Amino acid sequence: MTTTSDKPLIHAQNVSRHYHLGDSTIPAVNDISLEIRPGEFVALLGSSGSGKSTFLNLLAGLDRPTSGAIHVRGRNLAAIDPTELARYRRDTVGMVFQSFNLLPRMTLAENVELPLRLAEVDRNDRAARVQSALEHVRLGARSRHRPPELSGGEQQRGAIARALVNRPTILFADEPTGNLDSVNGEQILLLLREIQTTLGMTIIMVTHERPLAEQFASRIVTLGDGKLKSDAPNSAAAVQSANATAAPAQSASNEVRP
Amino acid sequence: MKTRDLTELAFRNLREAILRNSLTTLGVAVGVASLVAMLSLGVGLQTLASQKLNRSGLFDAVFVSSKQGGRFMGGDGPRPTTKKNAPNPEDSRVLDESARQELQKLPNVVEVYPQVRFLAEVRLDGKSSNSNVVGLPDSDRFNGTFDGIKGKAFSSPTADEAILKSELAKELAPDPATLLGKEFVLRYARRHDTSAADVANEKDIDQQMDDMLAGGGVTFISQDKKLRIVGIIETDPSASFGGGGRVFMPLSVAEALEPAQPNDLREVVRTQGSQKPAYMELTVRVKNPKNILQVEEAIKKMGFNTFSLLDATRNLRLIFTVFDLFLGLFGSLALTVASLGIINTLVMAILERRREIGILKALGASDRDVRSLFFAEAGAMGLVGGISGVVIGWLIGEALTLGTTFYLKQQDLPGVKISSVPWWLAAGAIAFAVIVSLIAGLYPAARAAKLNPVEALRYE
Repeated sequence: MTTTSDKPLIHAQNVSRHYHLGDSTIPAVNDISLEIRPGEFVALLGSSGSGKSTFLNLLAGLDRPTSGAIHVRGRNLAAIDPTELARYRRDTVGMVFQSFNLLPRMTLAENVELPLRLAEVDRNDRAARVQSALEHVRLGARSRHRPPELSGGEQQRGAIARALVNRPTILFADEPTGNLDSVNGEQILLLLREIQTTLGMTIIMVTHERPLAEQFASRIVTLGDGKLKSDAPNSAAAVQSANATAAPAQSASNEVRP
Repeated sequence: MKTRDLTELAFRNLREAILRNSLTTLGVAVGVASLVAMLSLGVGLQTLASQKLNRSGLFDAVFVSSKQGGRFMGGDGPRPTTKKNAPNPEDSRVLDESARQELQKLPNVVEVYPQVRFLAEVRLDGKSSNSNVVGLPDSDRFNGTFDGIKGKAFSSPTADEAILKSELAKELAPDPATLLGKEFVLRYARRHDTSAADVANEKDIDQQMDDMLAGGGVTFISQDKKLRIVGIIETDPSASFGGGGRVFMPLSVAEALEPAQPNDLREVVRTQGSQKPAYMELTVRVKNPKNILQVEEAIKKMGFNTFSLLDATRNLRLIFTVFDLFLGLFGSLALTVASLGIINTLVMAILERRREIGILKALGASDRDVRSLFFAEAGAMGLVGGISGVVIGWLIGEALTLGTTFYLKQQDLPGVKISSVPWWLAAGAIAFAVIVSLIAGLYPAARAAKLNPVEALRYE
């Protein structure tokens, strides 16, 4: 069930991220202020080079802003030390990437177990949690397979299981459908929305495909040239949410890459 | 990350680039092996030298003589030893049976024994040969004196058994091996004190000598003793008695024979009023050469002269310490080269695993986690390399021993163990390999930890 409250979970204030290239400075993100509430499914929409991925990395604690502040649950990500930031990524954040980023030599289960190892979760609890996360993305039967033995859609679902296993508050997805065909891409987004509705998780997704954003996100934030262009709730998503089923994802679970 | 997880991941990562990591680990192993082989050779040779020297009875022995004997032998010339001018009791203690018992009770003393050496005739199957007979102390049964023996050592300190020097055995039988188990007759001159009381009389020493030479104090009786041959030996086990013995028997058996010895005349003279026979010299074997000084002091306090080769052992130890140091330095050079291999492998691994590091960081790994992981991998290479190196080094040492023994056997000499890997060398070498590897891993680990996750994730 989607739960949103008035108190912002993330509060970005005048966030900028500038890169230096020789003598010139490139403002990848330029003075963006934004508030995101718990349970929202926010799509960061923009063309290539608009700064949406850079902004996502800043919110996810993978990078630090050149100026401005990002408050998450009262902590300013721009001001905390690297160890605290790593802890934030480990405990509060789940990350899903365009290129899946599963470690190819580990089995799916081992990949999903990685965040639990980093969080020093008791060994006895790990197997059950890994299995539960894999079943959540309907990959329970594929735990012993290595990523190269799985299809793109399965790999991305595996990556989602890995992002979920530590029970994060916010799920960041950077172009999660970028490497998938339209059918698989839609299944992934259905899965993300299911996670948002059933677990009440906040999802922030970067995409350059407006139709997908409109179909699944509850709010669409558009960026261009590193600046915030528009920020509006997506009323269409609510309608589509009612029709959404998990059936397509289920049917894809046995798909194996040749 | 917990240590167990870190170790698991480290070994897993090492397995993934198995060829490269194996070669690097092999580099460490070769370095450690050269270190271990060199040091084991040093330790082995030192042990061998100490054993051989200890066996010679020179370095763990204090030679005790009466102070009076010392003066007697020192060239002061014969002195009248009347009651009036006799040295005070502390100064003139007689080296007799009671002194021997007292010496035996001193701390760190293993055994006290006199020199028993006499000329005798060996008779066997119609053949006879004159030979020096030497009594060997019981400790010789356990300290390697009889290494390389054909047959076996004495079964007990009181057994009527003999060991023959191989040259004598060859004289007695064309095939010396056939002598083992056979009995032979030892014909010797037995000493018989006839007028010990006379010796105690207030005669001056010249008179005593005259009496004795005239047969007044001692008679010699020809006597036979049956002994069974239990062993034939190439090397001379009587080195500490000046060597030259051809028949060896347990010391207590030899003492019981009361044979006439070359120094009988002097002994009779020095008994000096004591009814009991005195020894010319007693050998005190100490537990460890390092106890020599202390035992020597104690004996001196008892009023005897002492002599030992303590300084010689000190110099020997110094030589071997320098020797070990040089061997260790050469061995360490190989390990230093191997550590460069570790640095190279890990730096390459950072380039190759950039993306993986980025993923780990995105999943919440701290700089410390990444650093520890690379550190653990370096340590694991050091550990595996160290253990394999110790095994390889030990094998090299064994091969050297085998080769040397083979060569010595060809020269008709007993084999020796020239290399030795004591537990402290094995443990030290492994620890050294791990430490060197960890130091080698410092830079790569720090570099990996500093990687920016966004840049690392962008890396293809």
